[in-house]
Amino acid sequence: MNEQKTNDLILQTATKLVSFIILLFSFYLFLSGHNAPGGGFVGGLITSSSIVLLLLAYDLKTVRSLLPVNFIYVAGAGLLLAVLTGVGSFVFGAPFLTHTFGYFQLPILGKTELATATIFDLGVYLVVVGITMTIIQTIGEEE
Amino acid sequence: MQLLHLAILSPFLFAFIIPFLAKYAKRVHTGWFVLILPVLLFIYFLPMIRMTQSGETLRSVLEWIPSLGINFTVYIDGLGLLFALLITGIGSLVTLYSIFYLSKEKEQLGPFYVYLLMFMGAMLGVVLVDNVMVLYMFWELTSLSSFLLIGYWYKREKSRYGAAKSLLITVSGGLCMLGGFILLYLITDSFSIREMVHQVQLIAGHELFIPAMILILLGAFTKSAQFPFYIWLPDAMEAPTPVSAYLHSATMVKAGIYVIARFSPIFAFSAQWFWIVSLVGLFTMVWGSFHAVKQTDLKSILAFSTVSQLGMIISMLGVSAAALHYGHTEYYTVAAMAAIFHLINHATFKGSLFMAVGIIDHETGTRDIRKLGGLMAIMPITFTISLIGTFSMAGLPPFNGFLSKEMFFTSMLRVTHFDLFNVQTWGVLFPLFAWIGSVFTFIYSMKLLFKTFRGNYQPEQLEKPAHEAPVGMLVPPVILVALAVSLFFFPNILSYSLIEPAMNSIYPTLLAGHEKFHVHISQWHGVTTELLMTAGIVVIGTIGYLSLNKWKGIYKLFPSKLTLNRLYDKLLTLMEKGSYRVTKQYMTGFLRDYLLYIFAGFIILIGGAFAIKGGFSFKTEGMAKIGVYEIILTLVMISATVATVFARSRLTAIIALGVVGYTLALFFVIFRAPDLALTQLVIETISVALFLLCFYHLPKLRLKTKTRTFRMTNFIISLGVGVIVTLLGIASSSQRTKDSIASFFVKHSHDLGGGDNVVNVILVDFRGFDTMFEITVLTIAALGIYSMIKTKVKEEGKSGE
Repeated sequence: MNEQKTNDLILQTATKLVSFIILLFSFYLFLSGHNAPGGGFVGGLITSSSIVLLLLAYDLKTVRSLLPVNFIYVAGAGLLLAVLTGVGSFVFGAPFLTHTFGYFQLPILGKTELATATIFDLGVYLVVVGITMTIIQTIGEEE
Repeated sequence: MQLLHLAILSPFLFAFIIPFLAKYAKRVHTGWFVLILPVLLFIYFLPMIRMTQSGETLRSVLEWIPSLGINFTVYIDGLGLLFALLITGIGSLVTLYSIFYLSKEKEQLGPFYVYLLMFMGAMLGVVLVDNVMVLYMFWELTSLSSFLLIGYWYKREKSRYGAAKSLLITVSGGLCMLGGFILLYLITDSFSIREMVHQVQLIAGHELFIPAMILILLGAFTKSAQFPFYIWLPDAMEAPTPVSAYLHSATMVKAGIYVIARFSPIFAFSAQWFWIVSLVGLFTMVWGSFHAVKQTDLKSILAFSTVSQLGMIISMLGVSAAALHYGHTEYYTVAAMAAIFHLINHATFKGSLFMAVGIIDHETGTRDIRKLGGLMAIMPITFTISLIGTFSMAGLPPFNGFLSKEMFFTSMLRVTHFDLFNVQTWGVLFPLFAWIGSVFTFIYSMKLLFKTFRGNYQPEQLEKPAHEAPVGMLVPPVILVALAVSLFFFPNILSYSLIEPAMNSIYPTLLAGHEKFHVHISQWHGVTTELLMTAGIVVIGTIGYLSLNKWKGIYKLFPSKLTLNRLYDKLLTLMEKGSYRVTKQYMTGFLRDYLLYIFAGFIILIGGAFAIKGGFSFKTEGMAKIGVYEIILTLVMISATVATVFARSRLTAIIALGVVGYTLALFFVIFRAPDLALTQLVIETISVALFLLCFYHLPKLRLKTKTRTFRMTNFIISLGVGVIVTLLGIASSSQRTKDSIASFFVKHSHDLGGGDNVVNVILVDFRGFDTMFEITVLTIAALGIYSMIKTKVKEEGKSGE
């Protein structure tokens, strides 16, 4: 993205650290979304923003070698996951996209709520990351 | 979900693993894996005969969209089961045949079997589902899979043409049918066919009766290739032969027949139904058989023959309506009986003929009847198959086609005695048409057989020296012709197991209590009119076949410019040109024009609707006080907006716009909406990044070139949008006729959705459907951008070379 030679040492060094913090934060937001502010949509957007930061600090090639994924597939996988969550309720004889949840005793985490909505939300998350990155990459690539 | 639903969906589920099998298990032909499924399904459906035989039915509901009455209701009765057995039975044979027909080295097997399975599932859905909306969904899926299969060899122009034609015609018909279903829903307030049948009195008296009937018939006629919609079927022959044998002769084209039979209880009482269905059927029968004679391509002969035979079955279904007026004596129900019997027979002999033609094509490299000849000695088994197939088709003993053709004549002859719908005046046309159609059927059957297998062998005309097919290719047609022969000798195997239960479905109201239809088919009735008619066919047909060269000129009497195909092509080019012209009027290629349309549309539609309905109102009661922070933020926002508009460079404008967005996020913070604030912040960040990316590609902002009118329009439009949005916001908070739904969400988010974050629970659970469609739209948009830019880059790359 940055083709002209500029001195962006500070940006690059900061990005190395910050982008991971953003990434972690986005995971946190995604997971906590059901009970606190956050969710798949915001989580996905923040994940993409951390990748965008990487793109700004470095360039397309570096980021691609760092994350060798085709983001269109990510979006497709997310959509498939969301639809399958919906279809999954048929197996239990419930109408399309019926969610359920329960509380489980997990090791280390203790009593934890697990909800099928989270799987659906993961689909949303993947779609958001997939499409944002697809759009930004394709437009950025065109140069 | 029960096993039944799973059985219908299993082909779709199985289709998911086909690409992997095709890719990673290359040593085994993919067809072998596929074959398992139809065989299993056939075995699964077969024992259900016992149930339908005793007059029972099976119904199982899987709730899909219960609030709209759209449920995946599987309903198995005689008619549906008959079709299900045809689909899975012929499906198994065709799959076996395709293994030898499609070479695993040369062809792409993955897509082929995916489409084939998709069709199988869709077709099972059509015949076993009780809910018309679900039926419609499967119906269009069959059209879609047929389209994909016809266009399987998509590099050939003819395949693409045929595929598009079949899709356009059958889907338009399908849409008509959807209209008919909706009309029926409006009348009966139910999507269930069984419910509709119960309310038949209500439907019959309703003013929408005729429109609903015609729309549904349009769907059936287009699918079953009736005149004048049949033109897609001959072009569909570009599909690989297993597909033609399966979709375009044995199953899919009979979906229309299924619908006619299924809706008979609802519509058949009316005179219009009787006349339309029987006359369209009869005319198609004559027209199809007449045109089959002049074809020179083996598959074209079979295609026209299929058109004609479908017409024959449909005409019988039309005539069978008489029983609703006279009661269920055998005298009147014979037509329905014959229709069902012939449906089965047609699947056996036409399926085997298609496979035989496929063998000839495969082993000689041509299907042109003028190049073929003398194959009897070289391909003796294929000859035997074709002999039985064609003789059965021509209605000769000792094959099953003879029996159903005799019954067809019986039913047509009895029409002349009807005292119904003024049949007396035209009644004689029924047996006459039937007879003429049968004469032509005899002629093309003989032509198909003798021109291919007798005469001189012309090896120099063929692409490769002819030889007999491998055993695997011969087994399926041999099974079918064996059925064709044994059904002649033991036709009553079918009558108790399949025909009687299917008649129960066509005449659900006719029988009282424990009465049963008694179907008995016999080979010999003595010297009857029907037998004499058959004798006449043989005599006249033989003369006609031998003197074919003398009367061939008759086909030239049809003006070549007035054919239906020409009409279709003309209509298509006309539509393309017309829409191109209209589109060119407003698609200027300038983004600002498009934005103008969108915003002008917004102002007119929303503003207009609110103005007409008196929706604008302004109330200050119940509003919170305006604090210092709000005023400051508003001022910042206004100044940023002004800066955006008057900025001299794009970069400044983008940054100023960003300020507006971030200020909005601060508003959310003030009003304690952390989710919204968070989302708005991130969205703003990413869209500024996107803007900067696009900015790179945009030309320099030129203020000078903008004329006065341009600026004025922009001003008016932007002012209009601003005013409308503001008024909308005020109006929607000032007038509440009902309590806000928000309290429900807040109250139940924890116990119903299992989450404390109401916003998230609404998004993923309460209104999960919205979210699902939103992410679908987003993905489509991303794909659009991706493909637009990528194709552009590729084209540039090409021209640069």
